[in-house]
Amino acid sequence: MSEYLIKNGFVFDPVQGIKGDKADIAVKDGKIVKSSEISSKAKTIDAKGKSVMAGAVEIHAHIAGPKVNEGRNYRPEEKLFGYTPKKTGSRMAGGFSIPTTFKTGYEYARMGYTTAMEAAMPPLYARHVHEEIKDTPIIDEGAYPVFGNNWFVLEYLKNKEIENVAAYIAWLLTETKGYAVKIVNPGGTEAWGWGLNCISIHDPVPYFDVTPAQIVQGLLEANEYLGLPHSIHVHTNNLGNPGNYETTLDTFKLAEGYKAKNKFGREQVLHHTHVQFHSYGGDNWGNFESKSKEIMEYVNKHDNITIDLGQVTLDETTTMTADGPFEHHLTELNHLKWANVDVELETAAGIVPYIYSPNIKVCGIQWAIGLELALLAKDPMRTFITTDHPNAGPFTRYPRVMKWLMSEKARKDQIDAFKYSDKVVAATHLASLDRELTMYELAQMTRAGPAKALGLAHLYGGLKPGMDADIAIYDLNPEKPATPDEIEAAFSRARYVMKSGTPVVVDGEIVSHGNKRTLWVNAKVNENPQVVRDIKDKFLRYYSVNQANYKVANHFVPNPYIIEVDATQ
Amino acid sequence: MTKSVTDVICPFCGTLCDDLEVVVSDDGKTIVDVYNACAIGAEKFMHAQASGRVTRPRMQQPDGSYKEVSYDEAVEYTAQMLAKSKKPLMYGWSSTSCEAQSVGHEIAEQVGAIVDNTATVCHGTTLLAVQDVGIPSCTLGEVKNRADRIIFWGCNPCHAHPRHMSRYSIFPRGFFTNKGHKNRKMIVVDPRNTDTAKMADIHFQIEQGRDYELLSALRVALRKEVLPDTVAGVPKEKIYEAAELLTSGRFGIIFFGMGVTQTLSKNHNIDEAIMLTKDLNEFTKFSIMAMRGHYNVTGSGQVLGWQFGYPFCVDLSRGFARYNPGETSSNDLLRRGEVDAVFVLGSDPGAHFPISSVKKISELPSVAVDPHITPTTEVAKLHVPVAFVGVEVGGNCYRMDNVPIDARKVVDPPEGVLTDEEFLTRVNKRVKELMEA
Repeated sequence: MSEYLIKNGFVFDPVQGIKGDKADIAVKDGKIVKSSEISSKAKTIDAKGKSVMAGAVEIHAHIAGPKVNEGRNYRPEEKLFGYTPKKTGSRMAGGFSIPTTFKTGYEYARMGYTTAMEAAMPPLYARHVHEEIKDTPIIDEGAYPVFGNNWFVLEYLKNKEIENVAAYIAWLLTETKGYAVKIVNPGGTEAWGWGLNCISIHDPVPYFDVTPAQIVQGLLEANEYLGLPHSIHVHTNNLGNPGNYETTLDTFKLAEGYKAKNKFGREQVLHHTHVQFHSYGGDNWGNFESKSKEIMEYVNKHDNITIDLGQVTLDETTTMTADGPFEHHLTELNHLKWANVDVELETAAGIVPYIYSPNIKVCGIQWAIGLELALLAKDPMRTFITTDHPNAGPFTRYPRVMKWLMSEKARKDQIDAFKYSDKVVAATHLASLDRELTMYELAQMTRAGPAKALGLAHLYGGLKPGMDADIAIYDLNPEKPATPDEIEAAFSRARYVMKSGTPVVVDGEIVSHGNKRTLWVNAKVNENPQVVRDIKDKFLRYYSVNQANYKVANHFVPNPYIIEVDATQ
Repeated sequence: MTKSVTDVICPFCGTLCDDLEVVVSDDGKTIVDVYNACAIGAEKFMHAQASGRVTRPRMQQPDGSYKEVSYDEAVEYTAQMLAKSKKPLMYGWSSTSCEAQSVGHEIAEQVGAIVDNTATVCHGTTLLAVQDVGIPSCTLGEVKNRADRIIFWGCNPCHAHPRHMSRYSIFPRGFFTNKGHKNRKMIVVDPRNTDTAKMADIHFQIEQGRDYELLSALRVALRKEVLPDTVAGVPKEKIYEAAELLTSGRFGIIFFGMGVTQTLSKNHNIDEAIMLTKDLNEFTKFSIMAMRGHYNVTGSGQVLGWQFGYPFCVDLSRGFARYNPGETSSNDLLRRGEVDAVFVLGSDPGAHFPISSVKKISELPSVAVDPHITPTTEVAKLHVPVAFVGVEVGGNCYRMDNVPIDARKVVDPPEGVLTDEEFLTRVNKRVKELMEA
């Protein structure tokens, strides 16, 4: 098997606490090993004057599945420019905010990302999600099935039947080859079946008579009962509305008193995603303001919570979420084309294009809030960089987000470029924050942190011997100060990227499709005849497919990495 | 003794029923009976057994007769034709699995082909409308569980999607619709007095080609604005009444078919129908869904979407994907003489394209991959028989609501007959060799 030695680079590795020291990284059989374990035949890669990090881990992006593909198909205008032709070893690739599957794999890899999680998989459409994952080259992927509006969950939680919920989660993860418990607008999306919504976490769900708070707390308990690698992954109610930060804090508080119970080293019990969209003050778009301080004050004090940003990138993009009522609200706001799908017994989804314009005050404030969340974070191991791709902007803008976080000057330049910069400054705290993230903190926010939160710290996020050889080398010399634009350019095109020991990017170009894997969780629970009977009954009476045709067969996941969880005790 | 295969998926229409039971002989070679399917679906299974089925590729001779050739020769002919062609058309894809489509796209990418599916003469106009104004929709199970207002506009499910009404839309008793059809009001809009129309609570027998006007009038009626005395031959009182009926429901849906997609105004009809649906969401919950025809035309749009970003009419001839229906659509290309070879799989353009297009196909190097003898195989230079997807080989398919269902294999194909995917994989390998040479 192939051996590599990456020499002379400045290494940033939060797992081993290496903060830019020169160190050699040895690779053998797809894993990182001690330098003494490789032979003299190892291929040497000179990383002199460059920075070396583990491959980055994407914790939340919409990159595969029915709504992503509806976005592609209903926005041909997105692909008029920037299509790249087929080359030796790579397929043709196009699209901007919703790239084709090939482009998705290539672009992540070029930025040094080697793992990505699809953030919302409707269980009935799981087969579609896996077909796309199969066609996304290079990166390892997993997908989170949505649970927050599922009829089984609503019915069991009305009676606080945590064990039944856990058994159902275990069953559904196996059926759909899913990775984690995703909750989107709990209860609100079921209410959307009737054109309604749940705005606060105490609004009862129509007919089912259970509240969003009960849903989140119940799923949290079931998640810890099972000891899954990832915690519940929450997008709470009231997204995108002025004054919603109180709903967000109320949701955070549901986790108080809970401690993580799992064998994967995960410490949080609740991950809240794209918090930028949930940190708004004011009560209308006129007095709309940042509440990032209130949010981060809470997050900093409570170490059983992790968050990701949902950073606005000031682009034209395509919003898509299982928060069906929100997308309807958005199309009423911007009058752009609206797609919606309600999924029987399970969830819904909506899509609306959106333009985050630097000429609009609210967009400027949203942009500032996302950066504030990261800059106010005391623990970079619990705050992760995302754009909630493609909702706040495409993932291909991560290098730009990193630039803003690493350079006060870059932030100031952007604020000055806003049409209403005075109003943006007045409604936010960003102008008073002079923190500039270090490379080490960046590695925590994009590598070690998300890997740990996902329960994958044994595989990803670090360069310790024994871990997967996912490695990125960037043209950044920590001994020489880089301009903001140099930072962005370096992170946009990694000099060299290795995935599981296979070189996939050399000099910013794709050289191999690698050997991508699909991660899913196989949770075992004690036999539960009631849940088995309920599942059979729901398929007989309410689903439009037979139970025997629901399960995603193994051939849809040709190269699985299965994480076993045993909750039979 | 016979044995029964359950939960079989029907590879006929976009309803994609998945509850069929197929009885096969003890040796697993012949289909004895089919339960739960409609007449058309059952025939699809039984047809695979028909005597006189072509089981080896056939090359048309100058005198119009056929000469049997081996699969190797068929692969060679197809690969040579595609590799030599400057701009081949690769059409069809709606009656095959997503796995086969995917291999086909790989070939198309290498040879610079145009990939188009049957939507081009069917719901392609719907796809254009969705690109204009979006689409609020739902799965068929939502209709079963919630819907109490059902509109069939320009479609006749009694004959085209025979089990649609019993499985999803009119008769089933769902979670919030426990009285089945008694919970539902059914409106049919059709200039003909079809068997579907005869079942309706309200039948608008409109003047042919006036769908756009009636859709607009309904939007006017929702706003309680003034209407002329009649629109599209329907008295205004009836239109106000219908608007009232729609807004008073809890959950409604419009199903529409070729009666609106391929008649006067085409995609503009669908624009208006979608906007009507969007308007109705101000009052109640409403969805709209295209009655897709072939069992996997939806899947073709999906696979094209995630691989290239467009649902049909995908032109790869310039080395990157372009999309411009009217320019890159099959009939326009054929009639303008812009393609120099034609490859057809999983469709029968010979039966459904205008004669001017079919003539062009007959003049060009052409390959038709199809289990049956069809008008297309009769004009193509090479006919490659293959196994029936959903009968003799499995594979993924997408229902009209985009729900993916993995089709099952029930019996073996006749000895030596390749599947679509196997044939395409061999062509792909050969094309790769030719292109690299």
